[in-house]
Amino acid sequence: MASMSLSSMGLNDSIAHIFRARNILTAKEALFKTELELVELLDVPFGEVQSALAIISAKVCPPCHSVFNILSERAKKEAAFGHLPTGLGALDESLWGGIPFGVMTEIVGPAGIGKTQFCITLSVLAAMPVELGGLDGRVIYIDTEKKFRPERLLQIAKSRFPDHFTSDQVLQQLAARVLMVQPDTVSELMLRLQGLEEAIRQHGVRLLVVDSVAALLQSEYGRDDIIRRQELLGRQASILKHLAESRRMPVIVTNQVRFQGGPGGQETAFTSAGKKEIMRATETANGEGLDLQLTAALGTKWSHAVNIRLVLESLSGTRYMKIAKSPMSATIAFHYEVTCAGIEQIGDETFDASDGGRNMIQWLVPHPFYVLRFSDFYKSIRFASYLTTFTQFLHRELEGANVRVMFTSLNFDTHLICVSSRGYLTC
Amino acid sequence: MDVLTLALPPSQRSKLLAAGFHTTAALVSVTPFQLSQEANITLEEATVVLKLVPRSDIDHVGALSLSGPLTGSTTAWDLLIHEKNRRKIGTGSTEVDKILGGGVLSKELTEICGVPGVGKTQFSMQLAVNVQIPAEFGGVGGHAIYIDTEGSFMMERVLQITEAVIDDLRNKSPASAEDLTVEDFLSHIYLLRVHDPVEQLAVVNTLPTLLDEHKEVRLVVFDSVTFNFRQDFEDMAGRTRLLANMAQKLMAVAENYDVAIVLVNQVTHKVTSEGSRTVPALGESWSHVCTNRLMVYWMDGQRYAHLAKSPSLPVGTAPYVITEEGVRDAQESHKRPKLVEPHG
Repeated sequence: MASMSLSSMGLNDSIAHIFRARNILTAKEALFKTELELVELLDVPFGEVQSALAIISAKVCPPCHSVFNILSERAKKEAAFGHLPTGLGALDESLWGGIPFGVMTEIVGPAGIGKTQFCITLSVLAAMPVELGGLDGRVIYIDTEKKFRPERLLQIAKSRFPDHFTSDQVLQQLAARVLMVQPDTVSELMLRLQGLEEAIRQHGVRLLVVDSVAALLQSEYGRDDIIRRQELLGRQASILKHLAESRRMPVIVTNQVRFQGGPGGQETAFTSAGKKEIMRATETANGEGLDLQLTAALGTKWSHAVNIRLVLESLSGTRYMKIAKSPMSATIAFHYEVTCAGIEQIGDETFDASDGGRNMIQWLVPHPFYVLRFSDFYKSIRFASYLTTFTQFLHRELEGANVRVMFTSLNFDTHLICVSSRGYLTC
Repeated sequence: MDVLTLALPPSQRSKLLAAGFHTTAALVSVTPFQLSQEANITLEEATVVLKLVPRSDIDHVGALSLSGPLTGSTTAWDLLIHEKNRRKIGTGSTEVDKILGGGVLSKELTEICGVPGVGKTQFSMQLAVNVQIPAEFGGVGGHAIYIDTEGSFMMERVLQITEAVIDDLRNKSPASAEDLTVEDFLSHIYLLRVHDPVEQLAVVNTLPTLLDEHKEVRLVVFDSVTFNFRQDFEDMAGRTRLLANMAQKLMAVAENYDVAIVLVNQVTHKVTSEGSRTVPALGESWSHVCTNRLMVYWMDGQRYAHLAKSPSLPVGTAPYVITEEGVRDAQESHKRPKLVEPHG
């Protein structure tokens, strides 16, 4: 709409001519100027500018429908009221039937927690026929981390629907429905995203997965390029949301977690909930003050852009999925496991997780946790080679308390190893 | 007043100046015909020019006749009466209503800002439903226009909120709430999905037309006003100008059509000498635009609404919760047991 040409607006000839003469050719160029600027620029009276803008605006203005009309239209056209059922009882119930069409759903969690597994599970589900709860369509799977394993896709399919996948031929059909895209650079990803709408229409695609959205951007754009990175991210978000809406399908993106802050720390005026934790995390091994907080990568602007955020995290060895952001549900969490059938809910229990600061991934690391700071990369590598021994040592020392050792790097010059435990330890 | 201050095309302005009309006072007693003769412009143009000249002979405020620079001003007394008759839209939480002075006020711009996921959209959807509570229940009984720029408007959620509101009303007075239906409520929320800043500006320009078509509308929500203006803008000064212009138009619409306008804003990180903190997006000049600013945030696992700016009310904070029914008062009983107890 933005680049709609003024010549198709039905303006009267004289004013249309003036706009053209001043090289204002699109709706964007006209509306991006205030009335007074146009009066100066076009040299026509205020009233005329106003009525011309009114005509242009009326053309560009999106249609206005009542919620009731839209809902009844949708009920007629779409199965399950526009949702992809996930098979996770608690999630389907909270999201009114599954992952909704038309919005961007983000899956956040640390490495190895099951993000990709969840994506593959959803890909299987979307490719299944409608009578088996699927969307009977193709899946576009954008794999930026090259982590997709086709064997896993087939395994999940077979374990979930043993009655359906009785022959290799049926399996082959399923596998052929998942279209893999593996871009190597951000620019390639952008290019592909921009051309995707037509492809989606043509091939009857019903699910778009981007796993992960952070990987390429973060490898190509370091801390110094943050502005450029945010800009690209914003553009990606717009495209993905537009695709979700215009094609009325679910869009899934995965995101990594990051330590936020550094010496001096990051204080958020709105959410002081995380503060207590920050204080505890400050006790570092070498006595140096360091404020840390785990949060979804890519920053606040991106967080605003996602419509639904599901956080996967592990607490004392038990995995939980938390609905951290959703306009239609309370913040709940439930227990899940990665099984041969993909992601499955364990038990019927759901927990209230409205524990403040939703973007903080609070349970990820049981507090207090300890940070060992290394002055150079090689020292940390050397330490890493003793990791198993070290973990075993901790287990012994702490009498079996849950210990997790994590690697992270705040920026390129500081390398950190986080050791978390329930007890205290001295190094 | 100088003729330069009138919104005239440059060519007409120079003609007026050339003909010796330097101040608007000089134009007051001139007829269109005279003006067209003297300034060498057409009669139509002259009529338009004269319309722009502020008239000083309008007797506006009862017995008190104000002229000159005071034209059009009202007394504080009038304003007070006016204030009392203001329509107020309840938020669903009486505590939050209290700090807002009864609810979201019509004829004003109210900004709601907060971190992602804190409930800005839920708040707005609740308002879009609550505005329809009929007058006999102390409501406004109007319709709502919802401008969704982020795609976060959830029909299912609105349905749920509506059902809860109607249930509440039925409990209060079964007889008068009898003919309230979910269909009616949902039919009276008009949804516009905006994809880019151009469409958003177009919507703002078209708003008067929309409000003429839907005369019952008492609430207009922009959710969010920010999103589209945070990408693809290189010219920051231009953006500020556009935003100011948009805000001005919205203020005029709020006043002329007696609607409440709610602008949802995002937050951004601002780096200061003491580290960084979250502040409402769109910059300092935007902060001056909104009449009321309500910040919603988390603290110790509790949602709070904080009135940060208001011309008539003291700064105040109120806790609230979002339940399945929507926005409600925070009560101890609502606090369900937490999964994780903080250690040591």
